[in-house]
Amino acid sequence: MKILVPIKRVIDPYIKVRVKPDNSDVEMNNVKMTVNPFCEIAVEEAVRLKEQGIASEVIVVSAGESSSQEQLRTALALGADRSIHIDTPRDIEPLIVAKLLATIVQREQVGLVITGKQSIDTDNNQVAQMLAALLDWPQATFASQVSLIDQQLEVVREVDGGLMTVAMSLPAVISTDLRLNEPRFASLPNIMKAKKKPMQTLSAQELGVEVEFTQTITEVSPPQARKSGIKVATVEELIDKLRHEAKVIV
Amino acid sequence: MKNLIIAEHDNQHLHADTLKVIQAASHTGTANTVLVIGSDCQSVAEQAAKAETVSQVLIVDTPEFGYHFAEMLSPVITNLASDYQGIWFCASSKGKDLAPRVAAKMGVGQLSDIVQVISEDTFVRPIYAGNAFAKVTTRDSTRVITVRGSAFDPVGLNNNAPIEQFQIEAPPATVSMVRFDKTENERPELTAAEIVISGGRGVGSKENFALIEQLADKLGAAIGASRAAVDAGFVANDLQVGQTGKIVAPKLYIAVGISGAIQHLAGMKESKVIVAINKDPDSPIFEVADYGLVGDLFEILPQLTEQL
Repeated sequence: MKILVPIKRVIDPYIKVRVKPDNSDVEMNNVKMTVNPFCEIAVEEAVRLKEQGIASEVIVVSAGESSSQEQLRTALALGADRSIHIDTPRDIEPLIVAKLLATIVQREQVGLVITGKQSIDTDNNQVAQMLAALLDWPQATFASQVSLIDQQLEVVREVDGGLMTVAMSLPAVISTDLRLNEPRFASLPNIMKAKKKPMQTLSAQELGVEVEFTQTITEVSPPQARKSGIKVATVEELIDKLRHEAKVIV
Repeated sequence: MKNLIIAEHDNQHLHADTLKVIQAASHTGTANTVLVIGSDCQSVAEQAAKAETVSQVLIVDTPEFGYHFAEMLSPVITNLASDYQGIWFCASSKGKDLAPRVAAKMGVGQLSDIVQVISEDTFVRPIYAGNAFAKVTTRDSTRVITVRGSAFDPVGLNNNAPIEQFQIEAPPATVSMVRFDKTENERPELTAAEIVISGGRGVGSKENFALIEQLADKLGAAIGASRAAVDAGFVANDLQVGQTGKIVAPKLYIAVGISGAIQHLAGMKESKVIVAINKDPDSPIFEVADYGLVGDLFEILPQLTEQL
């Protein structure tokens, strides 16, 4: 079984983003970029399934500008076998990403797709569900444990109120939650080897998908700043402030 | 604009966030229909009928829909959707699972986690863990939207909308339930609580969380946690507050032993009043806290619990 792992190039999650003065976007120049953390977990899970002999090949794919190839190389260094770069503008809409991925799934005869549950830039949490819908495959979103039992996929999902374990047949789409695994670090020899692994570049046109936006971001603004607070010295003072100044407790 | 609001429920109770989604939808028009899909869920429909601005409740009550799997529910919703311009969901784990599947089936985009309605086609939503807000205009003929509950007030409950039964054959099941491990919790629900007390890595152990629990019980508060506390196994995953966990905006948020990483702040910085208790005076949490107390939580928490 081939596993497809879509990954995204995003601003490093530990960087505090700044909104551009003209409110058109956040500042992208000279900002450290990385593989979206949820995608890294997806790559790790796919590589583990290959190490267990469940997967035959792990293909990573990224839709974005040519700089996304850097993140594909990272994924190859983490153990993916080959990569596909779909050349598109940055941050194309989730439905277009899902359409592009659906064509790759069909071309490559993929048996399982593992995505991150959301990218930490646009925070949409949509692509896995949309891809499953387009393919008419079952979906297991927010996965914190994945096992394959007699060709049935058993997935523990992190949902409101607890943990839900579901079973489904393959092919299927999974989206990863943070607790699915602890991604490995790429070793230097593996980074060197990754340079020789195959990377194919395709255009959206070659895949027969029209990149047409239906949503326009007209303004990006910073959040309202909270006015700075005060430090209190004692528990008594804290209780007094909460009771009489903030009036949030009785 | 005609709106279809997908009720969030457990087959018995309408989730309070649905009333907030109805509020958000009512900013775009007044023809609000609530759809209740589930199994033995008549009482949910009756609760939804009381919600103000709702003109009609549709109920699809079939045993196969009892687990609310997206694979089962999305065909029901897409069948009905042609009559509506807005399909609205809670930005809960169920809503997030279901809404994009519905949107893709309809061939339209989806808007996640909106916090403001500007007009019928323009909405505001947070990006980059709430460090920026994007104003988005959609050209899709049907707007499929999930709503951040903490950003809207619930509608009132002074209504008596008609309830209409709706029959639809369940699609073949492709997913089956193995089990549900419910988090036992007798405290108020995290996303709806007026007071939330969260513990972080600084709490040190699962046993020490008892200090947080005692204070929570005294204040009638819900308990939350940072990712570090959840990863360390101090509390259950679904109590995590942050970009990847729950988003809360209570009247009072007390952060105990939490440093205040960007991802955690994303989940709580819209709280009305924030209190930070931390032994490190340089913790970033103090930058957003209205009241900060620097000190050892093991001394402060028992004092707080006793004096309240």
